[in-house]
Amino acid sequence: MFYREAGDFKTSYKADNQTFPIRFDRYRFYAVLAVAWLVIPFVINDYLANAILLPFLIYSIAAIGLNILTGFAGQVSLGTGGFMAVGAYSAYKLMTAFPDVNVLIHVVLAGFITAAVGAAFGLPSLRIKGFYLAVATLAAQFFLVWLFNKVAWFYNYSASGQINAPERTVLGVPVTGANTAPWAAYLVCLGFVTVAALIARNLTRGTLGRKWMAIRDMDIAAEIIGVNPLTAKLSAFAVSSFFVGVAGALFFAIYLGAVEVGEAFGIQKSFLVLFMVIIGGLGSIFGSFAGAAFLVTLPVVLKLVGVDLLGWPTDLVAHFQLVIIGALIMFFLIAEPHGLAQLWRVAKEKLRLWPFPH
Amino acid sequence: MQDAGTTITADGRTIGPVVMEMKNITLRFGGVVAIQDISFDIREGEIRAIIGPNGAGKSSMLNVISGFYVPQEGEVWFKGEKRPPMKPFEVARQGIARTFQNIALFEGMTVLDNIMTGRLTRMKAGLLAQMIWKGRAEEEEIENREAVEKIIDFLEIQHIRKTPVGRLPYGLKKRVELARALAAEPSILLLDEPMAGMNVEEKEDMSRFILDVNDEYGTTIALIEHDMGVVMDLSDRVVVMDYGKKIGDGTPDEVRNNQAVIDAYLGVAHD
Ligand SMILES: Nc1ncnc2c1ncn2[C@@H]1O[C@H](COP(=O)(O)OP(=O)(O)O)[C@@H](O)[C@H]1O
Ligand SMILES: [Mg+2]
Repeated sequence: MFYREAGDFKTSYKADNQTFPIRFDRYRFYAVLAVAWLVIPFVINDYLANAILLPFLIYSIAAIGLNILTGFAGQVSLGTGGFMAVGAYSAYKLMTAFPDVNVLIHVVLAGFITAAVGAAFGLPSLRIKGFYLAVATLAAQFFLVWLFNKVAWFYNYSASGQINAPERTVLGVPVTGANTAPWAAYLVCLGFVTVAALIARNLTRGTLGRKWMAIRDMDIAAEIIGVNPLTAKLSAFAVSSFFVGVAGALFFAIYLGAVEVGEAFGIQKSFLVLFMVIIGGLGSIFGSFAGAAFLVTLPVVLKLVGVDLLGWPTDLVAHFQLVIIGALIMFFLIAEPHGLAQLWRVAKEKLRLWPFPH
Repeated sequence: MQDAGTTITADGRTIGPVVMEMKNITLRFGGVVAIQDISFDIREGEIRAIIGPNGAGKSSMLNVISGFYVPQEGEVWFKGEKRPPMKPFEVARQGIARTFQNIALFEGMTVLDNIMTGRLTRMKAGLLAQMIWKGRAEEEEIENREAVEKIIDFLEIQHIRKTPVGRLPYGLKKRVELARALAAEPSILLLDEPMAGMNVEEKEDMSRFILDVNDEYGTTIALIEHDMGVVMDLSDRVVVMDYGKKIGDGTPDEVRNNQAVIDAYLGVAHD
């Protein structure tokens, strides 16, 4: 009897438009925000930050980005890794070229650069769909990795071919480089995640989001209500790539610190983020978080249980993990394309009726 | 016959001058001639029907009007001007809305969101306002929601407002599609077999809605119907097509007594 929407009537369209129309959901959301901002920074340590929290936050942004493109606008992309690389290398070039500018601004600018690149690589989507578009974005993925490997200008002609994040501070506190405290890195990522989620939520529930979903569900009908497919698709590629680019920049500058492009942003990255979106739920901002949380924690949990507790060999556990992910992908694609987010919704609906199911 | 000028119908509606005119339209698909040298016009405020057996080219004609097909020959005149070749979304922005023979709704969205998409061309908030959901974005969401709720009331679909369209039965889907078209507040509404596959009761409802739309909002309606009976009751003037040719054009009475029309209909088995 604790989860109720009874008595929670909406008296205005404004109230009906809220992100969390049910009061209980709203309070839970504020609680999560409060813990994330006010509690975790004080209890965080290196292990928590590097094994779970930083990758979770950064992948959440990437998953939100890909979800906008694939889940909301219906355009499949296998180029996420490549676009993250664009964000990372843009941030690197900006950080080294303009050392006096705040690194947060560089991350945002890296997002804009990636948005432009993403829109350009989105051009084929005006002509091709589905499988063929996926192949085209795959080509973009390989091209971008090749480009950042081949053209030495992108890594400032360093001998190793790697890029390294120089130390940069925000309000005097280092947020990149070796001297960064885990809480500082965490807060930067959390800030970007919070803003990204808000923007993504607002865009997807309004005019632009409806245009994207219209194109996704039936492009012919979208045109007949006045949606220009060109601007709808390219805006989806641009907005999506903006988030993916920001994620790439953070992944490089805040999380890894040093990056070799093929290793950090190869095709596996594209698939990883795509799996997050599928498992979490296509067309759901919450699902992007759920998918990222799941795939970031899965290897950590498996290692804790399999290797540390049961004493299984590491490579066995690693294979086991692939099997689990593969099985889950098949399950969600066939049985529940709206992913964990939908399972969560169904569970809530059941709970709402509990204990009287009829 | 009916030149510019205004007429008052027997039931008191005003029918204005010609608003859209098709001139000598020919449309071919490879060897198939879907439309052969057809001309007709649509006057402001009237209900204009296009009838004919299956495969006559009726849907193709609507597709020419709404910009999906580009005819090999002929011209489309709209509001007294020759219309240049246009994409469907540009036609929509000129105030021409339509429904499809095979329902074309957004299955993944709720009824409310589907109908809201009908007002997309009116929503002008910038990207920044949309990102923060403030100012213009929030205001126009509410304004347009109010307009949409009126249509929801009008078509009596309040109870399914928040239902995903994919879960609705056929008859209701047809109604939601009409709602989405109406949400655009079009000056011309094109309906492709709005009553196909419906039972008698649903057909009566739909006929009533079509008459009410025309009467209350003065919307010009061009509708395709397979079934002679329904059309005769609804429309002011009828174009009859058969095998891509126009074989009749006039009031329901004129058309009913036209020998070519009678032959075409008797020569074709239809349900
Ligand atoms: N996209 C298309 N490609 C090829 N042939 C088409 C196409 N659309 C319609 N046709 C052909 O044009 C003719 C008229 O079809 P249509 O306009 O759908 O008829 P109606 O709506 O009167 O039943 C048919 O012979 C049909 O096969
Ligand atoms: Mg047809």
